[in-house]
Amino acid sequence: MHPILKLVAQRLALGLLLLLAVSLLIFLGTEALPGDVAQAILGQSATPEALANMREALGLNQPAYVRYFQWLGGILTGDFGTALTNGQDIGQAIGQRLGNTLFLAACAAAISVPLAILLGLLAARYNGRWPDKVISGLTLSTISLPEFVAAYFVIFLLTQVFPIFQPVAMVFPGMSFWERLNAVALPVIVLVLVVLAHMMRMTRAAILNVMQSAYIETAELKGLSPMRVIWQHAFPNAIAPIVSVVVLNLAYLVVGVVVVEVVFGYNALGQYLVDHVAKRDLPVVQAVGLIFAAVYIGLNILADVIAIIANPRLRHPK
Amino acid sequence: MPDLLEIRNLRIEATSYPPGEPPRDVVLVDDVSVSVAKGKVLGLIGESGAGKSTIGLSAMAFGRGGVRLTGGEIVLNGRDIRTMGAAGLRALRGREVTYVAQSAAAAFNPAKRLMEQVIETSLSHGLMGRAEAEKRAVMLFRKLGLPDPDNFGSRYPHQVSGGQLQRAMTAMALCPKPDLVIFDEPTTALDVTTQIDVLAAIKEAIRDTGVAALYITHDLAVVAQVADDILVLRHGKKVEYGPVAQIITDPQEAYTRALVSVRSIDHAEKPEAPPVLSVQNVTARYSGTNFDVLKNVTLDLPAGQTLAVVGESGSGKSTLARAITGLLPPSQGRITFAGRSLSANLQSRSRDDLRELQMIYQMADTAMNPRQTVGTIIGRPLEFYFGLGGEEKRKRVQELLDEIEMGKGFIDRYPAELSGGQKQRVCIARALAAKPKLIICDEVTSALDPLVADGILKLLLELQAREHVAYLFITHDLATVKAIADKIAVMYRGKVVRYGSKTDVLTPPFDDYTDLLLSSVPEMEIGWLEQVLAHRRMESAGN
Repeated sequence: MHPILKLVAQRLALGLLLLLAVSLLIFLGTEALPGDVAQAILGQSATPEALANMREALGLNQPAYVRYFQWLGGILTGDFGTALTNGQDIGQAIGQRLGNTLFLAACAAAISVPLAILLGLLAARYNGRWPDKVISGLTLSTISLPEFVAAYFVIFLLTQVFPIFQPVAMVFPGMSFWERLNAVALPVIVLVLVVLAHMMRMTRAAILNVMQSAYIETAELKGLSPMRVIWQHAFPNAIAPIVSVVVLNLAYLVVGVVVVEVVFGYNALGQYLVDHVAKRDLPVVQAVGLIFAAVYIGLNILADVIAIIANPRLRHPK
Repeated sequence: MPDLLEIRNLRIEATSYPPGEPPRDVVLVDDVSVSVAKGKVLGLIGESGAGKSTIGLSAMAFGRGGVRLTGGEIVLNGRDIRTMGAAGLRALRGREVTYVAQSAAAAFNPAKRLMEQVIETSLSHGLMGRAEAEKRAVMLFRKLGLPDPDNFGSRYPHQVSGGQLQRAMTAMALCPKPDLVIFDEPTTALDVTTQIDVLAAIKEAIRDTGVAALYITHDLAVVAQVADDILVLRHGKKVEYGPVAQIITDPQEAYTRALVSVRSIDHAEKPEAPPVLSVQNVTARYSGTNFDVLKNVTLDLPAGQTLAVVGESGSGKSTLARAITGLLPPSQGRITFAGRSLSANLQSRSRDDLRELQMIYQMADTAMNPRQTVGTIIGRPLEFYFGLGGEEKRKRVQELLDEIEMGKGFIDRYPAELSGGQKQRVCIARALAAKPKLIICDEVTSALDPLVADGILKLLLELQAREHVAYLFITHDLATVKAIADKIAVMYRGKVVRYGSKTDVLTPPFDDYTDLLLSSVPEMEIGWLEQVLAHRRMESAGN
């Protein structure tokens, strides 16, 4: 077997193992929470008899490991269970919101990743000179703003001063792609501002690190233009560290943007999770937690695999 | 007609940042003038820090780090390139002048195929189309003796050997048909048996393409094979400049004479004596591998004598040292030291075992703690093995410093304030402080300039005569071996292929490998390379 396939298979297997461990942690974590679900559903005035019936109905009297495996088995067959608070099917509720989450994240990533890398390359090219300082200064100031401040600033600027977009990012089934795009424009701008600096700084640092290598001097002595030296000779050797930071930010775009969702009234997974944490709806919390963990693990595996593929020593063994 | 390259009164400066002092400007090259005619080779020779590479790179108006060209003219093809702007220099670099670095392994981009890198200059300067450039590259691969020239370019740098990369780099430099190539120590990092092939390939390529060259090296015997003229440099200044024959056979300056006659040590081999170290049938492999790096090695080292272990990189020399010191326990065989059997494992050796067996390394720099003074470094074994302290320890350290011919002022200095040769002397003193019976010297002179190395070898011999210490001297340099060995072991692929007294080992008839090794060492003689190659061709034709 090609060594790369072997490494990728190893990473995938490790990822699955990790996900299993996370599922256990999530289950134990929610299990350890104080309070009684039956009581939470029925309220303070419930009779002991009603509570006992409710516990029986929810299967809470069974030992924890049995419930864990029931829960896990359900997820493996696509059944996330039902929400305690409103009796909705969790799988269905998540499905639609996950789509919204991924749409927002994908739009933000499609703009921020190429832009961050381009700005990072430019900053490295003009290291220590004014373009570097301008790029670093601007991106650092946008990352320093709390997300909601950036969000309100963007809303003020683009709906009041220049009335281009709607302040609320309402999406509903049946919208066309372009309508959706228009709706998420403002949250996308905010998210781009938030994630840009981290990726750009890492690109710059990784490139500058590679620029110390002897083969960069070789490229300079070939009379190549500075941008060509960076793009052709430095960048291919800096992919691994850049990808790992890009992926970290992609994961953030999926799992960490609840503030932005709330500010823009965007109906996605983060808001759904926070709502149900407040209501102690444990099956929902468990299901969303597991999905977020899967996104993190999956993206990090992707980063590992890209780093492996980018390494010619692994791609083309002796 | 003016020459291709004329350097007049060149002055190069840099800013130095000595620790704890204000930065100051230092002159790296001062008032150097040379010229190179079309198709000629100028050798630049000198010790490290003499300014050879700095002058070489100035022909591309390139300064490493903060190096600045501050005076004089560098006239290439009739234009002073010091006055050219960045765009003009880019047009010149890679088109008119190209560069071959000392370490091709570091100078090739690990992420790109060799062919892409070899033809890159030709394409980016618009000198030829891709098809033509690839054809020329394959032609150069063939001329430089690379294996499977048609497909060689599709490999990545890590897939070929060091000697092949050095040739590929030469092909890369020649591909855009430059007027001038700068060779910066192109064979220094290679084994002697590889060096001769690369040297021959470079020489032939220079001759066939009619390109002019600056050939930078610290090895006069090497440059004597390829250069037409030689410039001898010291401390950034010209020492002597003239045709190669005159420099080799009739040097005018004392420094040049010292370079030509270097390795003047005459060491008579000592008579047989009982062994202090005896290695019997030792076989060893690194954990996790299934390949023996040492195969059934048997050696004796007489007390108070020197056993030189020679061989190319990968032959198992340093692994042998690791097995003797206990860092790599052998899988088979036994090692007897000072009449007792040494335990294979370092952890189970007695303190006397450790004390009587000391080591000196190639990189004195990394073998010392940069935050400790010379006094602390040498004093450590005195504390550890003899429990000395205070005034007593300091007195003993000073005695040791006197032994290594370093005076009073050094005891409170830090390693960073010492020269390469002085650092190695401190390492020797540290080893001596333990009063060892055996010192393993692993390539201890390889990183030093010839004259400095000479001093270290003389010191080692004096110390041996005085202290009756034995040396296991690991080296790839046969001149060093001839200078100091009593016994020699030639290693090849983990085996000892030849072993005996110095005279026996160096007297024919030879086995094939020893013959190849001995005949590959460059001699300070014009035409030596051609003679050796002609001789080898005759022999292979005769077989």
